[in-house]
Amino acid sequence: MSRVRVLVGTRKGAFVLTSDGKRQKWTVDGPHFAGWEIYHLKASAVDPDRIYASQNSSWFGQIIQRSDDGGKTWHQPGTPAGEPTTTPEGFPKAESNKFVYDASEASGRPLTTHLWYDGTQHPWEFKRVWHLEPSLTDANTVYAGVEDAAMFRSTDGGQSWHELAGLRGHGTGPNWQPGAGGMGLHSILIDPKNHERMFVAISAAGCFRTEDGGKNWKPINRGLRSPYIPDPDAEVGHCVHRIALHSSRPDVLFMQKHWDVMRSDDGGDNWYEVSGDLPTDFGFPIEVHAHEPDTVFVVPITSDSLHYPPDGKLRVYRSRTGGNDWEPMTRGLPQENCYVNVLRDATCVDSLDPCGVYFGTTGGQVYGSADGGESWNAIVRDLPAVLSVEVQELA
Amino acid sequence: MVRVVIPYHLKMLAKVSGEVELDVASPATLKGVLEALEARYPMLCGTVRDQSTGKRRPMIRFFACEEDWSNESPEKPLPEKIANGAEPLLVVGAIAGG
Repeated sequence: MSRVRVLVGTRKGAFVLTSDGKRQKWTVDGPHFAGWEIYHLKASAVDPDRIYASQNSSWFGQIIQRSDDGGKTWHQPGTPAGEPTTTPEGFPKAESNKFVYDASEASGRPLTTHLWYDGTQHPWEFKRVWHLEPSLTDANTVYAGVEDAAMFRSTDGGQSWHELAGLRGHGTGPNWQPGAGGMGLHSILIDPKNHERMFVAISAAGCFRTEDGGKNWKPINRGLRSPYIPDPDAEVGHCVHRIALHSSRPDVLFMQKHWDVMRSDDGGDNWYEVSGDLPTDFGFPIEVHAHEPDTVFVVPITSDSLHYPPDGKLRVYRSRTGGNDWEPMTRGLPQENCYVNVLRDATCVDSLDPCGVYFGTTGGQVYGSADGGESWNAIVRDLPAVLSVEVQELA
Repeated sequence: MVRVVIPYHLKMLAKVSGEVELDVASPATLKGVLEALEARYPMLCGTVRDQSTGKRRPMIRFFACEEDWSNESPEKPLPEKIANGAEPLLVVGAIAGG
């Protein structure tokens, strides 16, 4: 029977939740990295026991952790256990924690500043890794979306990181500006049919696409409209919260924007709104069903000022028509006095049948549905605020 | 030998308990102590000072013999009691957050 493993990143550590394929009884393991913010953990699709984790602290900075045994043990890939801790020249290793923006002439575009809150240009400053996206074909290749917004790649299992500088340097970078939550690259989608093609999303810059594995990028924000920025139809500057796609149909993208749920049918070249009958179209995550490319999940949040569900009722909304027509999924979810938020990286789906759907809240609950969202159970209720949730199916 | 007290989270990261004792070339300076600390515990690289600029991270402070050394030159010789191990150098995380 299949098993599932849910990887949960929280404000105070990581947790690993495991169950059999029925997904009714769960084992909770953790906290790993107790006391540290774990922005994201994600396993390789090639090697399920290979898990990458972003460990961070406002005090002590960024640490990259890796497990090669499914989360039982962890190490920093730049300082492998048992190996010398310094180079032959005597310099410390720990390269895995080192994210240095490429401002070299060799990159062709030594961009060093972006737009600051006061309208001036501000130097790019690395703060943290928001999202780790392992390659679909190589367990040692992994992409990192970071704040201040940029994309890095490691091809040696996380030991060293190099920026894909063409993203920051393609031309619009000086116009990117942080939102209230920081200027983070939070979404990385790899086209499963063409691995050279990737989509990323940045708050508050928008979406970008590469066709050549990350060398060259272009903004893909036509159709987005943000009345709260100086030019509502600007090429960049939109606060995209999350993007998602179904592996069978990578030209169709779904987006939860700051306000508005959007869809593109041409790989992001053009977007149109599919908020339809949602009670509010503000929110953070968006997810596509594993087996039904037109079934989409969002978690509406009251507004940009009120980051909790409308009316104190926690409702996942599901569209089975690719947007516009939405139905609330409430069975098993609190329908009174609920004022939690669900953050952008805190939803996921498994590919079992029926499809499992998971999300974590800022109140520390992780909810799971083993029937495509029809009904929900709290897998665990009292974790620290949940930052990210990912799921793996194991043989 | 210089004694160094590091914050809880860094002890966890470096898998140590209690104080850290380091051999530091004379004259002992903050720069020398941090280099020795990172050489012994490379997993701490970047956690106390930025790996690119070498600057102290904003929410880290250094205290020596009851004095704030956070903004002193990294090249300045530390007090004798720190250099000879009579007193520990304190690496402190700012009290903030939740």
